[in-house]
Amino acid sequence: MRSKLGRGGYRLQLFWPAFAAPATVWLLAFFVVPFFVIMAIAFGGLDPVFLTPDPRYDPLDWQFGSFANVLSHLFVRESIYQQAFLRTLAYVTLASIGCLLIGYPVAYFMARHAGRFKTAFLVAFIAPFWMSYMMRMFAWVNLLQEEGYVNRILVNIGLLQSPRLWLQGKPSTVVFGLIYGYVPFMILPLYAMLDRIDRSTLEAARDLGAGQIQTFRRITLPLSRQAIFAGCMIVTLPMFGDYYTQTLLASTRGTSMFGNLIVSSLESSLVNTGASLVLVMIALLMIPMVFYLRSAARARELVA
Amino acid sequence: MSAEAVGTDSTPRRFLGWLMNPWARARFLWVIGLAYIAWTLLPVAIAVAFSFNAGKSQTAWQGFSLTRWYLDDVSSVWQDDSLRTALLQSLKLSGLSVLIAVPIGIAFGLAIDRWRGRTSRGANMVMLFSFITPEIAVAVALFLYFTQLATVIGLGLKAQVFGLSMYEMAYPVIIVQARLLSIGKEYEEAAMDLGASQMQALRRVLLPLLTPAIVASVGIVFATSIDNFVISQRLSIGASTQTVPILIYSSARTAPLPSLNALATITLFASTLMIAVAGLALRSASRRDRGGVAATAKIGLPVAGG
Repeated sequence: MRSKLGRGGYRLQLFWPAFAAPATVWLLAFFVVPFFVIMAIAFGGLDPVFLTPDPRYDPLDWQFGSFANVLSHLFVRESIYQQAFLRTLAYVTLASIGCLLIGYPVAYFMARHAGRFKTAFLVAFIAPFWMSYMMRMFAWVNLLQEEGYVNRILVNIGLLQSPRLWLQGKPSTVVFGLIYGYVPFMILPLYAMLDRIDRSTLEAARDLGAGQIQTFRRITLPLSRQAIFAGCMIVTLPMFGDYYTQTLLASTRGTSMFGNLIVSSLESSLVNTGASLVLVMIALLMIPMVFYLRSAARARELVA
Repeated sequence: MSAEAVGTDSTPRRFLGWLMNPWARARFLWVIGLAYIAWTLLPVAIAVAFSFNAGKSQTAWQGFSLTRWYLDDVSSVWQDDSLRTALLQSLKLSGLSVLIAVPIGIAFGLAIDRWRGRTSRGANMVMLFSFITPEIAVAVALFLYFTQLATVIGLGLKAQVFGLSMYEMAYPVIIVQARLLSIGKEYEEAAMDLGASQMQALRRVLLPLLTPAIVASVGIVFATSIDNFVISQRLSIGASTQTVPILIYSSARTAPLPSLNALATITLFASTLMIAVAGLALRSASRRDRGGVAATAKIGLPVAGG
């Protein structure tokens, strides 16, 4: 046995690294280096005539003029950048609250009351997860048309006098779309947490005289605080980069989000600006991202 | 709801009483749960139904036709060039992503579980970041990379495959890690005590135990690749590299024909099938060692970045 280990000792040291190598190369080539390119372009120069980017791959050559320019626009009152940024912040906040308000009761129901239908419900709840986001939004585009089902139903039951143009730049439609799109991402971590709460803890609280509401407020809610936080992170991070929901459901300047700024600056060949905006977005999201990774790691330790 | 309760009519009040009755099973929560399912699934079901509309409308039902928008019409999925190309491109892209992302992801997941060091921890950190960075940032980075630095590759199918397989790699890694956690190290150590080399233990003991995780990875990577929009759009060039989600995105608002619904329905069917396979694989595995519904929920959990 010992001799075997001794003989294979050197090979053993390279055994697992060799397994990690292809993926590491992939990550370097298609994640790390591309992000370096973003920096090289954001901190690089511009061709004065054609306005094409002049990337600088040597960090010593980096200049921060155009990046600072983009950044300062964010602080200019009522500039397009600032408006888009504040709008994104508002939409994301409202949509996250909406996701939580819808997601919590649903997850609670699933964990506590679905009973023998639990598996069936779980499948139904997981289903939207794996449906194409585009298809789910496309379904709503049809429903929300002027002569679509939503207007027809609302007019028929008398809630609306005449059909409303839901798809013509209504912020409420965008927030609704975001909630619809991301609420499943909120439900799963909440469900996983609520399902793990020990029933005897709840019974103990009830035995000691706490009412239903008091048990919820003093036991269930504090125990699910971490899942609420994780769920909020999970929906907030992608929402911040979402530009397609807005394009599909509103498509006006007055509703354009931060992601739309990035896309439109790339499409109008303002590559430099686009790169800077991406860096700004990542810098803003760095703190929630790190928090999320840490809480995910802690959750994994708890499970293990 | 409370506005109804104040009304003089006793029917709403009675309904509210029925809903809130503390002695019955939580009807209030049942209503919420069922309403939620209807709200999430009905719109998609209606979109699927309209792919069988006999007429051209997407908002008014004009009778049932099984094959008009799939096969018969000049602008059906089968006969319209752009729709067919998009479907083929989607299948090609997701197939190639599976071929790359699953093997290297599984190997990576195994390696960082067994080989604990600073390098492996760093690589794992980068992998996790690639997973939770908003997709648009990844897509823009890849776009600039392929247009400014790696111009030999350029935009198009190759770039889409490279970018997407990198982004999707996190799924197999996370799935394998979860599975390794429940397998434990005992089987492998036992095999090595009985004289198997590391490689033999891996091939004859660990790999069979990991089969459910591999199947699940294939299903999930395929389904999420076929639905991927942001990265594939940014790295596409012209009509020949348009995928189904890109086509839906660009024509949803321009009053498309039900053939677009048919196209979406086909991809929905494909991805649902793959997810079902993945779910069943994980379920059979978890029933063998731990069991329970919670393990099935795990296939939903790895999704963090959108």
